[in-house]
Amino acid sequence: MQDWANWAIETAKRRGASYADVRVMDVRHRDISTKNSEVGTLAESESLGLGIRVIASGAWGFASTDRLTREGIQACAAEAVSIAKASALAKRENVALVPEKSYVDTWQNPFVKDPFRIPVERQIEVLLDANKEMRRVKGITVAEGSMSFRRIEQLFVSSSGSSIHQIKMQSGAGIVATSFAGSEIQKRSYPNSFGGQHMLQGYELIESLDLVGNAQRIAEECVALHSAAQCPEGQGTIILGSSQLGLQIHESIGHPIELDRVLGMEANFAGMSFLTTEKLRHLKYGSDIVNVVADARLEHGPGLGTFAYDDEGVPAKCTPIITNGLFTGYLSSRETASAIGENQSGGTMRCESWNRLPMIRMTNISINPGTWRYDDLISDTDDAILMETNRSWSIDDKRYHFQFSTEIGWEVKDGKIGRMIKNPSYSGITTEFWNSCDAICSRDYWTLWGTPNCGKGQPQQVMGTGHGAAPARFRNIKIGVAFAK
Amino acid sequence: MTKKTKSAATSVSLAELRRIAERVLKISDADETEVDVGAETDALTRFANNTIHQHVAEQTLGISVRAVVDGRTARATTNKTDDESLRQAVVSAVSLARNQPKNPDLLPMLRAQKYQRVSRFYPKTAATSAYDRAKAVTRVCKMAEKSNQTAAGIFSSGEAATVMANSRGLFAQYQQTKSEFSITILETNSSGWAKSNSPDISTIDPDELADAASRKADQSREPKEIKPGHYTTILPPAAVLDLVGFLFYDFAGTAVLDKRSCWTGRLGKRILGDNITIWDDVYHSLQTGQPYDGEGMPRQKVLLVDRGTVNNLVYSRATAKKMKAKATGHGFLLPNEYGEAPMNLVFAGGDKSIDEMIRTTERGIMVTRLWYIREVDPYEKILTGMTRDGTFLIENGKIAGGIRNFRFNQSVVEMLSNVEMLSPSVRAAGEESFEMVVPAMKVRDFNFSEVTKF
Repeated sequence: MQDWANWAIETAKRRGASYADVRVMDVRHRDISTKNSEVGTLAESESLGLGIRVIASGAWGFASTDRLTREGIQACAAEAVSIAKASALAKRENVALVPEKSYVDTWQNPFVKDPFRIPVERQIEVLLDANKEMRRVKGITVAEGSMSFRRIEQLFVSSSGSSIHQIKMQSGAGIVATSFAGSEIQKRSYPNSFGGQHMLQGYELIESLDLVGNAQRIAEECVALHSAAQCPEGQGTIILGSSQLGLQIHESIGHPIELDRVLGMEANFAGMSFLTTEKLRHLKYGSDIVNVVADARLEHGPGLGTFAYDDEGVPAKCTPIITNGLFTGYLSSRETASAIGENQSGGTMRCESWNRLPMIRMTNISINPGTWRYDDLISDTDDAILMETNRSWSIDDKRYHFQFSTEIGWEVKDGKIGRMIKNPSYSGITTEFWNSCDAICSRDYWTLWGTPNCGKGQPQQVMGTGHGAAPARFRNIKIGVAFAK
Repeated sequence: MTKKTKSAATSVSLAELRRIAERVLKISDADETEVDVGAETDALTRFANNTIHQHVAEQTLGISVRAVVDGRTARATTNKTDDESLRQAVVSAVSLARNQPKNPDLLPMLRAQKYQRVSRFYPKTAATSAYDRAKAVTRVCKMAEKSNQTAAGIFSSGEAATVMANSRGLFAQYQQTKSEFSITILETNSSGWAKSNSPDISTIDPDELADAASRKADQSREPKEIKPGHYTTILPPAAVLDLVGFLFYDFAGTAVLDKRSCWTGRLGKRILGDNITIWDDVYHSLQTGQPYDGEGMPRQKVLLVDRGTVNNLVYSRATAKKMKAKATGHGFLLPNEYGEAPMNLVFAGGDKSIDEMIRTTERGIMVTRLWYIREVDPYEKILTGMTRDGTFLIENGKIAGGIRNFRFNQSVVEMLSNVEMLSPSVRAAGEESFEMVVPAMKVRDFNFSEVTKF
């Protein structure tokens, strides 16, 4: 890998690049899914290639190839420089980067069991057993399960002397029960929707989830939803389960703090952000108990946003995003930090694979745990709807107005959890919502959730992000608009 | 076009792909083997703040092997073409296949098929260089600057070639070029958007698209807030596409079999307006894509909705057998749990222009683009999402000015029963769905539920 990277850097410099960095990546996937006690997807894949990013004539160029001969790599590097020179046609000013030290290092996330060494028949058996448990419940029309594993080996080399080798092992799994009755389709997922839970861990994550042990429960809940009461419409208190709060953080904090969005670089596709730069250290983003960090360090946990160095060679950092309710930080890169006068990058540049340009991506954007025991939070609540497991999510292109619905809800009345509620939904304006937070559960209820499917960029890149969250309570929230006639 | 730099990369020929496929078939000792070999070159010039800020090119090659062993099947994919890597891909597919229960639905691989020829490769698109795209982008950025506006968008070009072969003698190949231009024009408190996408780059006019987006931004300045509610709404083709795209999987036989299609219990009944007719037709002159499915089955033109009645679904071979229907050539690559889907939707259009739709509206909303659409209710097909980049109030048959963006919660089934006017169908490109041939629509009682702050 080192030779390939060196050939690319040398060629770029020779062709006139003032800066170049290379990512050689070897990505291995295993994907398994089952449906109604049959194997659906059963596939493995590998992809090895190299991408080079250069600055030439003061502008950016990027090219990638999987032709890993000396000739193929040199042609790729030369093309990146040609592209940069073409970019300079529309240049307004030279690209400027904040300084960064050079590093020579190697890192691998810790894991106990290599999922690629676990026999595939054992992995299939777990999913089929979970399918069987779900299908025992009368009324279940589709029972599904999935596992996915990723091993990403990458070498980052820059013209300023860095050479960083990292290996990341990622695992994920989940199950889903679906039921059709009358004119209604209901769904329950475990441990989370849209693929379950995903972390930077080995097969030990899958074993800890106990998919089979939870299958019957979620299937029963799924069928019970058909006869549950419809979520009422109105204004009131909600309590969000930790996985739903994780997605709320993702959409209404994680994306608006991306500095490339703020600076207009994503205006055509992902959109911009209401968090314009004059709001930094001035905007009251949330209530005083809301503290949010962007933390890529391993000590935060093995999240999908955990690494040792980002994909432009900046060490993993913890950036305070919201401090006692005050907006205190963006997700930045070497270029965007320079654009707003900061002196260092936040270290959040990542790319999906070797054929993609690194861009600002969420790391682990997590809300710090509060002080409440979950039972105390329920006891302290007179009238609310408890909502769990995301079903749909949508937010405007500046990240102000959102609407979420969850798979299941329960009434909370006079300090007790009561009857089940179907089709729960809530909506609001980001800052009003976070300022209405009056209780967050403690570390005992805090989970670092993995969102494996965050899309951004053109060409679009799918990236995994981490979101630590505990159940929390919000007051005076608009409820039930999604189903209002 | 001037060529100061080479195009994205030298393309891999179909003959080279075929040779790789033949090597895989020779290596494999599985009961049956299928191989898909695909090569793509893609390049994209991305601009924002009236300058190019990202500019990329890639070339990729993928070899995907499906092996069948004793009634079981699995897939392995690699991008390495040396003998050992190809052998390893076969070994992986065989090993994965062996270590699972038998699949009772697995059918023998197809024998050789005949395919209708489609021609969607344009040398001019393939030859487009970074410099060509940068020149056009520089021009639209200067246009924006001159109007005190800010441009952001992309201009992309590329080509794809693919070969499919199996050990029972099937062989299929397809080659296509692609290009796309999308632009957002920003002002202080307004924006406009336009997009076009075609295999033939000469049909894309960046200046005209920039001009259209610029006019939208100009017309939607100082947006007023109006109350949410049910409004007569004019949806341009891109907005129609992004909504109706959510229906595509509902037309899959597997979705109906699993009872998760919104057509479950509604087949053969008049559910939509009698002005709604939908086909899946890969051969339509404005459509793109290969004329065969994930097993090499030739795609058929299927009349899905006939004047408001959902009459037909699409079927892979296995689903067709289960549902006692005929395979339509819409299956995904095997193995998978989803079965099939129509990927080339074509809506019958009407004869009204958007100007006429506006002229005949006393009070209503004109949308430019929809955003972040998600399904709220899978059976009633309620979708939520936002308007974006130019939303207008219509009063007394005229555009009265820009308004703040709305959130909608709207059943698509209901919407397609409320269509008052249709324009001729065009090839539209949105962000939430794949490209389709759809008309603009004037729809009554579209449900805008809330309003945002801009």
